[in-house]
Amino acid sequence: MIMKSKSVRAIGALVLTTALVGALAACSSGSSTTTSSAPKGTYTFWDPYPQYNQSADWTKLVESCGTKAGVTVKRTGYDTTALVNKALLAGQQKASPDVLLVDNPSVSTFASAGLLTDTSQTKLPTKGIEANILAAGQISGKTFGVPIGANTLALYYNKDILSKAGVDVSSITSWDSLTAALAKVKAIGDAGITFSGINTEEGSFQFLPWFWGSGANLTKLDSGDAVSALSLLTGWVKDGYAPNSVIQDTQTTSWQEFIAGKTAFSENGTWQLAGAKASGLNYGIISIPGKDSGSAPAPTGGEFLTIPVQKNTARYQVSEKIVSCLIGTDNSVTTDNTLSYIAPTAAAQAKQVATNASLVPWVKAVKDAKGRTSDNLGTKYPKISEQLWTALQGALSGTGTPAALLKTAQTAAAAAVK
Amino acid sequence: MTTTAAHAEHAGRGESGTATTVAVPPARSPRIRKVRSGQWAAWAFLAPVIIYLAAFYGWPLYRNIELSLHAYTVESFVSGGAPFVWFQNYINVFQSPTFTPALTNTALFVVVSIVFQFAIGMALAVFFFQHFKLASTLRALFLVPWLLPLIVSASTWAWLLNSDSGLVNSVLHGVGLGPIHWLTSAQWSLVSVLIANIWIGIPFNLVIIYSGLQNISQDLYEAASLDGANGWQKFWRVTFPLLRPVSAITILLGLIYTLKVFDIIWIMTKGGPGDSSSTLATWSYRLGFGSVLPDFSSAATVSNLLIILALIFGFIYLRTQRTAAES
Repeated sequence: MIMKSKSVRAIGALVLTTALVGALAACSSGSSTTTSSAPKGTYTFWDPYPQYNQSADWTKLVESCGTKAGVTVKRTGYDTTALVNKALLAGQQKASPDVLLVDNPSVSTFASAGLLTDTSQTKLPTKGIEANILAAGQISGKTFGVPIGANTLALYYNKDILSKAGVDVSSITSWDSLTAALAKVKAIGDAGITFSGINTEEGSFQFLPWFWGSGANLTKLDSGDAVSALSLLTGWVKDGYAPNSVIQDTQTTSWQEFIAGKTAFSENGTWQLAGAKASGLNYGIISIPGKDSGSAPAPTGGEFLTIPVQKNTARYQVSEKIVSCLIGTDNSVTTDNTLSYIAPTAAAQAKQVATNASLVPWVKAVKDAKGRTSDNLGTKYPKISEQLWTALQGALSGTGTPAALLKTAQTAAAAAVK
Repeated sequence: MTTTAAHAEHAGRGESGTATTVAVPPARSPRIRKVRSGQWAAWAFLAPVIIYLAAFYGWPLYRNIELSLHAYTVESFVSGGAPFVWFQNYINVFQSPTFTPALTNTALFVVVSIVFQFAIGMALAVFFFQHFKLASTLRALFLVPWLLPLIVSASTWAWLLNSDSGLVNSVLHGVGLGPIHWLTSAQWSLVSVLIANIWIGIPFNLVIIYSGLQNISQDLYEAASLDGANGWQKFWRVTFPLLRPVSAITILLGLIYTLKVFDIIWIMTKGGPGDSSSTLATWSYRLGFGSVLPDFSSAATVSNLLIILALIFGFIYLRTQRTAAES
C-alpha cells in the first residue's frame, strides 16, 4: 500500500512539474527575441573549424573582412555535427548567425527549413564559380550560398610499394586494371587499398566515386551498375586486397594505415595533402578510375558560405560584403591554401596551381566531381545516403549479397523520400 | 528520472512524519495553525527545487513526448506547425526493420552485462576481502576502468579488437587461431561491445559489494566456523544471503546504467555493421544526429521507449529499496 502511494506520488510530482514547466515555457516563448535593428554593430559568424582559435589566420581574415564592411565580426567555430544542431536550434529561436559556413550537403537541409536567404535576395555574386561546385547549393533554380572552396577524393599511392610489386601506375585506367594491381601488391605481402566503409555519411562519401563511376544513379540504388560497384569493393575485402577494418575505418583511420607505409593505395581527400608531405612517404596521386575507362566523378566536399534569414533584412547588405570579401580571389587563395582545399573559381585555381604544382591532379578531380545533393536531390540525399551506407556495411561484412542488399536499400530509400 | 523519484521519496517521508504527529489528538489544533502560517515560507524554500526540476527534468521530458507525438520535419522544427499524429511515430518505430534487432540487442546487452559484471564484481570483492598483503593496492588498480574517461576506454578497446592490427587478433594468431573480425562482423560486434562494457562495469559492482561485505559482522563467520562450516558454505549460507539488499540495489542501478549505455557502442562500432550492435540508445541517437538530415520525432519516440523501460526498472528499484528499509 505504501509502495503504491509512493509511486503514485512520484508520477504525480512528475506530471505536476511537467505541466508547470510547460506553462512557464509558454510564457517565455511569447516574448520572442528581437535582433538588433541597426545594420552596424556586431555580426556573428559560425563555421565548422574549431581547430582555429582566436589568433589563427582564418579568424584574422574573417575579422578583417568585417572591419572592411564597417562592423565587428564575432567568429565561433563548432564541430561539424554540432554546428548543424546549433544552427537548427538557433533558427528555431529566430537567432541565426549573420553568416553561416556549413558543409555542402547540409545546405539543402537548412534551405528546406526556410533558414537561408537565396542569392536573389542578398545579391551574392556567383559569377566565375565552377557550376559543378555551386550545384551543391542549388535547389529548384535557387542558389542558397557560395562555396568557400572544394575538396574531393582521389587515390593516393605509395610509389615504393608499386615499383616493388611491378605495377605501372599509368596502366590503372579501369576497375579491372586497378584490381589487377591490387593482386600484384598482395602477392608481395603488402595491403592493397584502404578506404572508409563506416556506417555514417563518410562511408557513402567514399563509396560514391565507385557508385557513380559504374554509371549508377542515386535515384536507383539497385541498378545493375550499382550492384557491380558494390561487388567491386566487397570482392576486394573478400580477396584480402583491402583490410577487413575498412568496415570500421573513418577517412582518418584509413589514412593512418596508408601513412604507416604498408598499403599501396588509399582513397582519400585533398585535406590529407599536408599530412602526406609531412609523413615523408614517396607518394603519388591518380584520379579514381571509372568502371571501363576515364576518371569517375567523386563527390564534392567543402563548405558553403550562407546568409541565414534575419528579421532585420537590412543586415543582409553587410553580410553580403563580408562574404564577398572572403571569396574574393586573393582571400580565397589564402583560405583554400590554409584549409588544403581547391578554390571554386578558375581564376583562383590558376593562382593556387602557380604556387603549388602538386595541386594539379586535385584541380582536375574537383572539375570532374559532382555534388551529392545535385541532380535536384536536395534533402532526399541524406535519406538515400543512409540506405546506401547500410547496404555497403552489409555487403562488406558479408550479411547479404550486394544485389539483395541494394534491393532492400532501394525499397527503403523510395519509402523514405516519398 | 531517479532524482524525481528520490525527491518524491523525501516528500513521502516528510508527510508520513506529519501523519504521526497528527495522530496524537490533544496537540492537533495549535499545530495545524502553526503549519498554515509557515506554509508560505515552506513553499518559498521549495521553489528553487521545483523550478530546477521543472526546467531541467520536466521541460525536456515534456518536449520529448511532444516531439514524439508530432510529425516534425526539419522545416516544421524551425517554423512550427508540425501536425499532431497521435501514435503514428510509435507505429513507425515498431514497424521499422531496426526495431526488433535494437530491442533484442538492448535486452542481451543489459542482461549479459549485468550477469558478468555482478558475478565478477562479487568474486573480486570476496577475494579482496581476505585482507592479504597488497590487497588494497590491487583493489585500487581494479578501479582504473572506472576512472578512465569513456572515450579513452572505448577507443582503446576498439584498437585492441581491430581486425588487422589489433593486439587480440595478433595474440590469437600467436596461439594458432584464425583472426576474428571483432568489430566488423555481424556475429561478433555485440560480443565486442559487451566485453568492453563488462570491463567498465566491474569496478562499480566491486566497490558496492565490497562495502556490503564490510557491513557483515565478523561474529557470524566465527559462529559459522565453530559450527564447522567450510569456506564454500560460509559464502553461500552467510555472505550471499546477507548481501541480498546490497546486491538488489547494485543490480537495479546497473540495469538503469546499462540500459542507457551509448558512448561505448557508438565509439566502438557505431551500432554496426548493419544493425548488429545497435541498441535503443544508439538507434535513437542515429535517428536524431547520425545523418545530415535529423529526424527528431523518431529519435524522441525511441528515447521515450527507453525512458519507459527505465521507469519500470525505477519502480522496481523503489520497491526493493522499501523492502530493504523494512527488513
